[in-house]
Amino acid sequence: MTRVALIDYGSGNLHSCARALAAAAGDAAAIHVTARPEDILAAGRIVLPGVGHFADCAGALRAIPGMVDALEEAVLRKGRPFLGICVGMQLMADIGLEDGETPGLGWVHGIVEALVPAPGLPVPHVGWNELMIPAPHPVLAGLGDKPHAYFTHSYAFRPEDQGEVSAWTDYGAPLAAAIARDNLFGTQFHPEKSQRLGLTLLANFLEWTP
Amino acid sequence: MLKTRIIPCLDVKDGRTVKGVNFVDLKDAGDPVALARVYDAAGADELCFLDITASHEGRGTLLETVSRTAEACFMPLTVGGGVRSVEDMVALLRAGADKVAINSAAVADPALISACAAKAGRQCVVVAIDARAVDGHWEIFTHGGRKPTGINAVEFAREAARRGAGEILLTSMDRDGTKSGYDIPLLKAVSSAVTIPVIASGGAGSVADFAPAVLEGGASAVLAASIFHFGEATLAEARAALAEAGAPVRSL
Repeated sequence: MTRVALIDYGSGNLHSCARALAAAAGDAAAIHVTARPEDILAAGRIVLPGVGHFADCAGALRAIPGMVDALEEAVLRKGRPFLGICVGMQLMADIGLEDGETPGLGWVHGIVEALVPAPGLPVPHVGWNELMIPAPHPVLAGLGDKPHAYFTHSYAFRPEDQGEVSAWTDYGAPLAAAIARDNLFGTQFHPEKSQRLGLTLLANFLEWTP
Repeated sequence: MLKTRIIPCLDVKDGRTVKGVNFVDLKDAGDPVALARVYDAAGADELCFLDITASHEGRGTLLETVSRTAEACFMPLTVGGGVRSVEDMVALLRAGADKVAINSAAVADPALISACAAKAGRQCVVVAIDARAVDGHWEIFTHGGRKPTGINAVEFAREAARRGAGEILLTSMDRDGTKSGYDIPLLKAVSSAVTIPVIASGGAGSVADFAPAVLEGGASAVLAASIFHFGEATLAEARAALAEAGAPVRSL
């Protein structure tokens, strides 16, 4: 049975993610909530949740001794499938600009910057927005026509290479709703709160062979 | 395009839904978890629990209810009622709430808003404002609407947003329970004063009341209780009415 490491670094959506992953996995995978780097190295797949503040999340991840090294070994060198959710996706960027400049993991080149309120478009961007999927991706398979996912965020990931955006959403301007490259996948929205769409996406991730 | 959220709201007391709910053949219509499942299946965009438990002892029951609900459905859950401290918020978030609504305590001490936002991020913090028209402006009432504060609702909404509120849940006490429609001028005044989302509450009497709250009032979401609980309208009818009037809704 595949062992999925869900990284416990104090993120508020940890338990929601654990519940949704378990529901999506059924008997096919075991969800292991862990803060131990050795568990990351032993896992078949890795999920990084995240909610709130880029700098806080980056600081909390780096505060676990050996965690970033273990992640880089498992994800970048061994190629284990990785899913980052919300701030967990944003952390793949080079830099986050929430309250000053904070370095991210630098796995996907780009920056995380503030959404700017426009008339009629409040910030945070909260609610269900439609995904536009430029090219099929296994993790986004079977989401149906006009797929909608639940977003709640004030900052957005702007990747240098727009080819690494696997789903867009429109909020005054196109925003990266999902990022993909090689064995990396990230969602700005919350699959764990996106009802059937979210569970389908998580089940896809659990079966994904990059 | 971002869609208008339709949010059923359950009043919960000692772990049971009160005000009665009779829209489906549930064996136990008082169980909020069963109701949450029904609303989830019907495509609610979000769910709100308002804890009206008077006693502090009832909080444990609430946390347990939140936890069972979060296990049963995969949509955003906002919980409010009696939140007085960062610790109260954290306990609800740990139990599985995605957002916490703060009302009286935020009015009494607006620094609580900043403290909650700093702890959990502004997307978790919903500031609930209960307002009533008094002498040509809207005044905030707290403690379930019993206590006048002399505070101007529009000014306070601005301050709440500045202090880190992620959303405003705006209830018109003049309209609440009247089924005469949302208070559009109040919504308009608040939504144009802040750049965070405003949730309209109080007064929905038919599905025709939703669209004006969005299109004229500037609300990002509409919250309603009895209209859904008593089967006067389904979520599908609410979505259809909004779409018909030109307010975007989610296709399921």
